[in-house]
Amino acid sequence: MTRNEGLIFERSSPGKTGMELSALDVPPVSAKELLGEEFYRSEIQGFPEVSELEVVRHFTRLSTWNYGIDTGLYPLGSCTMKYNPRVNETVAALEGLATDHPYTPESLAQGCLKVLAQTARCLIEITGMDAISLQPAAGAQGELTGLLMMRAYHKDRNEQRRYILVPDSAHGTNPASVTIAGYEARNLKSNDRGCVGLEELGRAMTEEVAGLMLTNPNTLGIFEDQIQEIARRVHAKGGLVYMDGANMNALVGVARPGEFGVDVMHLNLHKTFSTPHGGGGPGSGPVAVKKILEPFLPAPIIEEDAEGFYRVNHDRPKSIGRVRAFYGNFGMAVRALAYILAYGPQGLRQVTEDAVLNANYVLAKLRSAYELAYDAPAMHECVFSDRRQAQHGVRTGDIAKRLIDYGFHPYTVSFPLIVSGAMMIEPTESASKAELDAFIDAMLSIAREVEEDPQIVTSAPHTTRVTRLDEATAARKPVLRWKP
Amino acid sequence: MYPEEFLYTQDHEWIRVDGNTASVGITDHAQKELGDIVFVELPQVGAHLTAKESFGTVESVKAVADIYSPVTGEVIAVNPKIQNAPELVNSDPHGEGWLIQLELKDRSETDRLMSAEEYEAYLKGGAAH
Amino acid sequence: MRYLPNSPGDRTRMLNEIGLKSIEELFNQIPEELRLKRPLQVPGPFSEQEILEFFREAAKESSHEYVSLLGAGVYQHYRPVIIDVLLSRGEFLTAYTPYQAELAQGTLQALFEFQTLITQLTGMEVANASLYDGSTATNEAVLMAMRVTRRERVVLARTLHPEYREVIRTYLQNLGVKQVEVPYAPSGQIDLAQLESNLDHETAALVIQSPNFFGSIERVREIAAMTRKCGALLIVAVPEPLSLALVKEPSEADIVCGEAQSFGVPVAFGGPFAGFLATREKFVRQIPGRLVGQTVDSEGRRGFVLTLVTREQFIRREKATSNICTSQSLCALAATIYLCLLGKQGLKRLAEHNLAKTHYAAKVLASVAGFEIPFTAPYFNEFVIKTPDHAVDLLETLREGKIIGGLELERFYPELKNHLLLCVTEVVRKADIDRMAEVYRRFGSHSRTQVTEGELQAAPAGEKD
Repeated sequence: MTRNEGLIFERSSPGKTGMELSALDVPPVSAKELLGEEFYRSEIQGFPEVSELEVVRHFTRLSTWNYGIDTGLYPLGSCTMKYNPRVNETVAALEGLATDHPYTPESLAQGCLKVLAQTARCLIEITGMDAISLQPAAGAQGELTGLLMMRAYHKDRNEQRRYILVPDSAHGTNPASVTIAGYEARNLKSNDRGCVGLEELGRAMTEEVAGLMLTNPNTLGIFEDQIQEIARRVHAKGGLVYMDGANMNALVGVARPGEFGVDVMHLNLHKTFSTPHGGGGPGSGPVAVKKILEPFLPAPIIEEDAEGFYRVNHDRPKSIGRVRAFYGNFGMAVRALAYILAYGPQGLRQVTEDAVLNANYVLAKLRSAYELAYDAPAMHECVFSDRRQAQHGVRTGDIAKRLIDYGFHPYTVSFPLIVSGAMMIEPTESASKAELDAFIDAMLSIAREVEEDPQIVTSAPHTTRVTRLDEATAARKPVLRWKP
Repeated sequence: MYPEEFLYTQDHEWIRVDGNTASVGITDHAQKELGDIVFVELPQVGAHLTAKESFGTVESVKAVADIYSPVTGEVIAVNPKIQNAPELVNSDPHGEGWLIQLELKDRSETDRLMSAEEYEAYLKGGAAH
Repeated sequence: MRYLPNSPGDRTRMLNEIGLKSIEELFNQIPEELRLKRPLQVPGPFSEQEILEFFREAAKESSHEYVSLLGAGVYQHYRPVIIDVLLSRGEFLTAYTPYQAELAQGTLQALFEFQTLITQLTGMEVANASLYDGSTATNEAVLMAMRVTRRERVVLARTLHPEYREVIRTYLQNLGVKQVEVPYAPSGQIDLAQLESNLDHETAALVIQSPNFFGSIERVREIAAMTRKCGALLIVAVPEPLSLALVKEPSEADIVCGEAQSFGVPVAFGGPFAGFLATREKFVRQIPGRLVGQTVDSEGRRGFVLTLVTREQFIRREKATSNICTSQSLCALAATIYLCLLGKQGLKRLAEHNLAKTHYAAKVLASVAGFEIPFTAPYFNEFVIKTPDHAVDLLETLREGKIIGGLELERFYPELKNHLLLCVTEVVRKADIDRMAEVYRRFGSHSRTQVTEGELQAAPAGEKD
């Protein structure tokens, strides 16, 4: 029944509407007269006309074609698909928090400013850094913000540096952000443990290098245990250490990057701090720094005075400037703070323990059927390679699609790039043992299918509204909008 | 499989030299590795290319590969069909799916390229990307 | 803890199965000296009830009982209840970016509809599936224009939102890009003569905003003719896209970008919002951000996928068109639902209400002695009013009557002392406007005497504008 919902435009017919306005309480005007012929628009061609119920049904039906965390296990590696507590949505929608305008005078916006300040304080404690900006709208923007601050720092010391070192296991946003920041990315080859090797680092780290961008734990789910020495060597050449905090779910309450020698890092509130992914945003990517970088933080910053009054400080002469209008994704800060408050200190540590335990459990149970990319204990995620299955003509993407038939969302496919046919699994703390056992059974069953009946795997999924989609035609002859 | 009269690069381009001009494309191996080709970006006629310089990209759904000029020369033609039918690179990589024609600057540059036999051996040797 | 599904027994069993004795062993990879030996110093744990109490307390210290005339890039419009009802469906709320198309047709189709709606509104041929917000979308448009033209000089209207300009400045500061700002004319629009002399054959893009920061509608067609002459791209930013229901779409532009917050996304102290970016088909491969395309499945059924992904960072890495890795799907979904609810007629009527209320306010307020509207260009739901003096005091007096009476422009334009930017949407009632006019009248007569005294004492000659 819900499988045949067309586009909203196809339901449209003239004269329908899904919302009526209150009576106009001022004299009506002629738009044509006020705006003049030059500026007046008489209609928006092709715009839909549907009733309220049709809108409700349309989007409700569409929603049933999606899979969310609320539906079931979502083991997407590097995405930290944990439970998104619903009370967070409730508090973010509270009148006063959802309704204050960003230009509300400070004295009337103390509630919002306080939420921002308290979120900042908690995140500083969790990371062990000294200061933070909540302005960046997403992780990638956090990266860029951090890099621009590194640049401002070197410039302030009258130094010109051209390169940023980026390990080959890094997320693609890292090198992309490096370019946008006006630097050149230099690829750092991972060593045989999948980590940054000191030798390779020693060769690459020169005085032309502004810094190193490191993900820790890295995208293989391995803790860079030489991080202190790595930081020492980068610092010795005058460089700075940027940490991509995408994998902080492995560390909260257990270890603090501020103590690793990290100078600047970003967090993903939509990963570690449970704000919903929403089908691809909004996110939030706060950037935390050590004292030496504090003057360069994006302006403005929020300060609390002795009387407990929160002020917005725009007077930041060394700031890199704004990276986004207003205060960033405020609503995400509300949700992240609600998450932190719900767990408290012990609870946050328990989250990390459970996330790491779950990943190691999956690793232990699947290693007989799938080849481990690097044989090391996992932090919050583990990465297998499809090498064994590839011999039967089945690749990671096929296994992922087959998982859908078993009722699970796939793991992350083909990332990190340094692993051939990567299968990256991050269960998060939100997966129960029972659910993980079912997932493990599914993975083992697929491994058997690969040997006995690979065809059923390579033609998966068989249970969804649509089967595999023709991506080649979509890209060759892009159809990006509906036309009448 | 690989035409005898072509020469090949380690980056999986082929070149067919005809007097002072040459056609260039990517090999069957390269198109297979990339999968369904959806877009090809090529230089303008008149562009000067140096050997081993990237002159464009071939895109599949989920990958992008640079294409390198096997030799130095000036672009005298680009395949007019490719823009609207990039799938030709998949269906006929050594024929209809050619990419550009060059006027050679120095024929001796072709000396360091591989013959069909050498290229096939190169592929078997696992040196393929 | 209520969010965690494993029991202590489950944890012990799992530890046993993987051959570990204690939880601490899980962290053996982390050097001993780096492990935190104390609990984090954060508040909590809070019950659900305590969380609600905490945030309700914070929410009290807000302006929610005030009538607000703030606009300036963030607009307070009525939000139909259906939006939150639909957004709270877990399948939308808790889904990831739709990489696995078979499990994400709902999000993909909705974003395809969003793209279509944006093209219809803007008069462009293609639109992306949203960007962070209006400021970053405008910045992405600038970067895109530099890629298309391979030029490195950017001209910005001074009437482009000041915070948008700040964001562009931040992004361009290290790329060696020349930036020029063009002043406004007495009409409140960009100064066309100044503009002409500032455009040259090295210019990658001109960025204007329409309606601009003062609410004035720009002459897009004339401006487009100028940019075309020098081969630069014209970028039109539209932070208040409701205007597009009544104001001619900027179809002569090369890129139209802006902010979809007006369409059912809460004001939320500035975010999260949804930026949009639309352009001509020929630039499609230079568009930043996600694009959803229509295709068919192996059995010929219509379906949707993320397409042209090779532009993006996860494939092209340092050569990507942008470092952006996300859209604002949920906010874009809110906008889609909103636009579908209002529809063709509803959106137009709503825009007419905004126009009527704004012009009513302008008429009533500017008729008070001492107040005037300095700019002459047509406007939609925002306008500038010049107060006799001490705009700060006026705003404070209005606040006593629970009215936030607009934005002081001096904050961004030092030369516009005592100028206020007012926005009047459908949520502002006539009674509120009349009440404001009353305060204006009292203030007008009161402050004139005050200032006369003040001027006698201190104000140096020539300070007044």
